[in-house]
Amino acid sequence: MNKTQKERYLREYYILKDQGKPFFPYAVLKDSVMAAIVLLVIIVMSIVLGAELGPKADPTTTTYTPRPEWYFFFLFELLRVIKPPALVFIATIGVPTICMVLLILLPFFDRNPERHPLRRPIATIAGITTIAAMAYLTIEGALAGPPTQIELKTAPQFESGKNVMASSGCLGCHRVGENGNAGPGPALTHVAGRLPRQAIARTLVNPTAPMPSYSRLQERNPKQFNELVDYLGSLK
Amino acid sequence: MKLLPGPLRRRGRDEDEETPRRGNGNGWRNGRTVEADEDAKEREKQADRERMKAAALEVPIQALGYVDERTGAGPFLRGFLFRKVPKGTNWFYTLGSATMFAFISQAVTGVFLAMYYRPSAVEAYSSIQHINDDVFLGQFVHGMHKWGSSVMVILVFAHMGRVFFFGAYKYPRELNWIIGVVLLILTMAMAFTGYLLPFDQRSFWATVVGVNINASGPLLGPYLADFLRGGSEFGATTLSRFYSIHMLLIPGLIAALIGAHLYLVAKLGTTAPFWLRAEKKRDLAREEI
Repeated sequence: MNKTQKERYLREYYILKDQGKPFFPYAVLKDSVMAAIVLLVIIVMSIVLGAELGPKADPTTTTYTPRPEWYFFFLFELLRVIKPPALVFIATIGVPTICMVLLILLPFFDRNPERHPLRRPIATIAGITTIAAMAYLTIEGALAGPPTQIELKTAPQFESGKNVMASSGCLGCHRVGENGNAGPGPALTHVAGRLPRQAIARTLVNPTAPMPSYSRLQERNPKQFNELVDYLGSLK
Repeated sequence: MKLLPGPLRRRGRDEDEETPRRGNGNGWRNGRTVEADEDAKEREKQADRERMKAAALEVPIQALGYVDERTGAGPFLRGFLFRKVPKGTNWFYTLGSATMFAFISQAVTGVFLAMYYRPSAVEAYSSIQHINDDVFLGQFVHGMHKWGSSVMVILVFAHMGRVFFFGAYKYPRELNWIIGVVLLILTMAMAFTGYLLPFDQRSFWATVVGVNINASGPLLGPYLADFLRGGSEFGATTLSRFYSIHMLLIPGLIAALIGAHLYLVAKLGTTAPFWLRAEKKRDLAREEI
């Protein structure tokens, strides 16, 4: 905005404000009604939905699929959409950081003095697109269940390893055969073709973020860990 | 301090009434009939009560005056409360104050939860169980805090949407927009750090992944993750660290920034709705030509 536009805006706003109503009680009344509604919604949600605790946190567990709170689903889903491991940091840190920087700098690159949404179509369309994208990612993230079944045909000696894997939450992020989510982790259907058994074990203990480490499983339950590695090593 | 302005009793009021003065015989008192005398006493009592009431009403006003004289808060509050707001500000304009109210609700319920919560990896889960099962209204307050976070996140995004589509972030309110974005980020950080505290499976593993996500960031990522965990491993310090960030650091920042946000709103004025055009006053219109 140049100086004339600024001055014109300030003058117009001065008149509008002058013709307006006092904040108290007109705006305060609306705000109070809204506050009462907010409190009521919170109370009703608390009564209806409660605050149930899940099972106690167990770092050695092998049966849990991490799920974030619903308002982080869009980030979670972003992780699953961007698959190549080299690009994972773009999804985890890159996109959110860029979004935050863009948001903070918004008034500095959007210098259009126009305020009516229909008279600044680029900003309006960008806003609606962002909301639609976030809503889409949130819904997709919500629908991605925590599957615990692997239907791939397995030789009998690897059956136990398959069960460990199915109950270890791997499928939350990896695809195996027809099961599991297609990301953020790579598909594991043919993982043994890419990695030798030793490398698989190393990855489980020392994974690339955001995958959690399975080192505790190795410490507490080495038999299960070895079965898991054996099974993964059989997936060629 | 003179609490009671004017004499408490004003005698002589009854002297206007022209009552014949006769002796103190039956049916007569103070130069009036007994009925008239009772009446007059009643009236006097009534007047006394009213004077007391007026004097009592003076007390808060004088107390306010006392504070105002020493703080100068009066003009500020008047400026804040009676500042004008453009016409046509509709329900969309309540989203900001609703967000603040959700924050206040979170703060209050959080204080009560903190009375019973123990931020150690061993005790955290059982203390939440204790809150849910034994404490009076415990699960209710816990539920309000838990679901209040969702409500606050929704409201903060809705408020940002309103400001965006109404073009309210433009001159002269750019800095208030920046404060708002920081508040949004802090709200999300609040949601993230609070998620670990119940220390059940869900919260534990989600936080492990969340911290790992931080670790994947370039340059600062690993350091931030180490700071959050309190070391290279998820351990006993992690929980107390999250607790301290969740209940001391971020709420303090949010409260301070809300103050700055509100100050700028009052200073710069509420944005006029984009569909409103000023009917130009004649003198101003001429000036513009």
